[in-house]
Amino acid sequence: MSNRNTTTPDHAAASAKFLLDQERANWHDQALWFIRQKRDVTARQIPDWEQLRNAASQIKQNVLANLDDYLIQFEKKALENGIKVHWAADGAEHNRIVLDIIQKHGVQKLVKSKSMLTEECHLNDFLTSNGIDVVDTDLGERIVQLAKEPPSHIVLPSIHKRKEEVGEIFHQHLGTEKGASDPAYLTESARQHLREKFLTADLAITGVNFAIAETGGLVVCTNEGNADMGVHLAKVHIACMGIEKIIPKAEHLGVFLRLLARSATGQPITTYSSHFHKPRAGQEMHLVLVDNGRSTQLGRPHFYNSLKCIRCGACINTCPVYRRSGGHSYHNTIAGPIGAILAPNADMRKNADLPFASTLCGSCTNVCPVKIDIHNQLYQWRQVLVQEGHVPKSKAQGMKVMANVLSNPRLYRVAGKSGRLMMRMMPGLANNKALNPWAKQREMPQPPKESFRDWYLKNRSEK
Amino acid sequence: MKVGLFIPCYIDQFYPQVAIATLQLLEKLGVEVAYPLQQTCCGQPMANSGFASLAKGCDALFTRNFSGYDYIVSPSGSCVLHVKEHLYAAGNEAAATHIRNNIFELSEFLTDVLQVTELEARFPHKVGFHISCHGQRGLHLAQMSELVAEDFSKPGYLLRLVKDIELVELNRKDECCGFGGTFCVSEEAVSVKMGQDRVADHQLNGAEYITGGDVSCLMHLEGILRRKNSPVKVIHMAEILNSSYE
Repeated sequence: MSNRNTTTPDHAAASAKFLLDQERANWHDQALWFIRQKRDVTARQIPDWEQLRNAASQIKQNVLANLDDYLIQFEKKALENGIKVHWAADGAEHNRIVLDIIQKHGVQKLVKSKSMLTEECHLNDFLTSNGIDVVDTDLGERIVQLAKEPPSHIVLPSIHKRKEEVGEIFHQHLGTEKGASDPAYLTESARQHLREKFLTADLAITGVNFAIAETGGLVVCTNEGNADMGVHLAKVHIACMGIEKIIPKAEHLGVFLRLLARSATGQPITTYSSHFHKPRAGQEMHLVLVDNGRSTQLGRPHFYNSLKCIRCGACINTCPVYRRSGGHSYHNTIAGPIGAILAPNADMRKNADLPFASTLCGSCTNVCPVKIDIHNQLYQWRQVLVQEGHVPKSKAQGMKVMANVLSNPRLYRVAGKSGRLMMRMMPGLANNKALNPWAKQREMPQPPKESFRDWYLKNRSEK
Repeated sequence: MKVGLFIPCYIDQFYPQVAIATLQLLEKLGVEVAYPLQQTCCGQPMANSGFASLAKGCDALFTRNFSGYDYIVSPSGSCVLHVKEHLYAAGNEAAATHIRNNIFELSEFLTDVLQVTELEARFPHKVGFHISCHGQRGLHLAQMSELVAEDFSKPGYLLRLVKDIELVELNRKDECCGFGGTFCVSEEAVSVKMGQDRVADHQLNGAEYITGGDVSCLMHLEGILRRKNSPVKVIHMAEILNSSYE
């Protein structure tokens, strides 16, 4: 057992810091709750919503059970379509493949539409350090890129930033008027700025929302049309996808497209669902299929279900902990409940705190469009992390003492009685804010003189 | 019908009035109730912290205490859910299985088993109901706001049988209060913020009392209310359902 006193409080400490600015925390909570409510309204427009979730979950179940076959089928079709297919075992290999293609074409400037996979692989940093100028073209991603921060949410990357802060960032980088925070004005400025980037880029990188094994084609969903703008203007298109993004047939797409945007933002469908099946004349199209730990997760019986995730962010929006702690507190590319079950797969030691950053309320499981049992997996990860020794020794010791007391009725009664007595005699100790985290912002319960058992013996013993 | 009364450890020690109300209410409804004297805790604090392996002693004790009852009833949805999902007793598997299948949270026992249609209770106050996550999403005591399905609430049904009670609507009807077991101390800042927001929702809608089916959540909310010197009081649902006319 290692002593991991430094890991457990990470999320807690970062959350406490986020909550110091109460006004921002309230606004963050309310903005995300508003989206959650929009999701509820649009979900209810489909009477068969729960059946649709079932269907999606089962399609993904089939994919995960036959992933090797579907990947081979997909690759064959994609190659026939004229797409150049690459395989990457991990993030580093993915980044090298992308850089190779860029260098082969002598490209200096490229545009990238939203892709959580490239975030996961830290592609931007890698390319920048190799002298390549990457421009994120999703508005939210562009904002955090200019602010030199990672996204805090997979669908709403800059949800932690208020419009005044965006105004300041744009003033510094895009030359907008100082103090201007009107969203229409800022958006128009970003539009002009990005237009210039689209027109001068030689290469476009996109993510992939769905890859269809039957056709070898892929689908990218955006609300801003930025993936289309990039791909249609550039000579080279590189699409990057995790190997779990496969769906078997084109006919399954309707199930997922109906679920994705409704779950994500409460829209019936994303503004743009762009289908790419082959390079257009004169264009070169590459596809990078990335494992980066996915096969390992597929081999974990309790957790492989997490690979069904279609990255809608619904669990993040609904999570009462996420809403009050912000995405950066999760110190992982994918924040929130889904991130907390994906992250320990990649690195148990580094992410041992995340499965504990939950009350196990279960709302995440209920909103998940592909029915991932997120809160049960959080519970399971806790068991695994304890077994693997990734909790502080002090906590393990405390739990042992507690388990011993609670499995011994006599010991339990003595401890209960003396504890209550102590709380009554020395309320200052129990309410010590430095020693007792409960008491920092809450009162302790007022201990009664007698337990229920004492009362029962007095009042019902003869029965 | 023999019913074993399961009183979770922290109710036994800190909230005996909730246990007394539960017992009296069941007796009033003509149920033969016994309280096994050697009971302690269901083991949930260990299990939810990742130490399910340390809960074996509690599991064995629980199984011994509650073998031989037709039903096991408790005024705590969270503990009931834990037993339902995680109780295993090596060497006593038949008894453990019987317990898992026949343990009930108080309100679902009243609606589903006893099928109560009237109560002799009166509580002339404005009351906000905090539905606890484990009871709601785990035991399905009420419809969940995330699911597209018909609305229902077992505790809500029972509270509406109480005379002169005025139930207030909440803006977020099933938001978690932030208690979460050891979460309430390991993630103190978020836990408290969630609790403060939950309390604010009740206050905004004019509740004089906050009630619920889980003392753990209520204990957390009570701690926050008292620290703020709020006039809003916390009361377990069993106490309201057991409150007499006069």
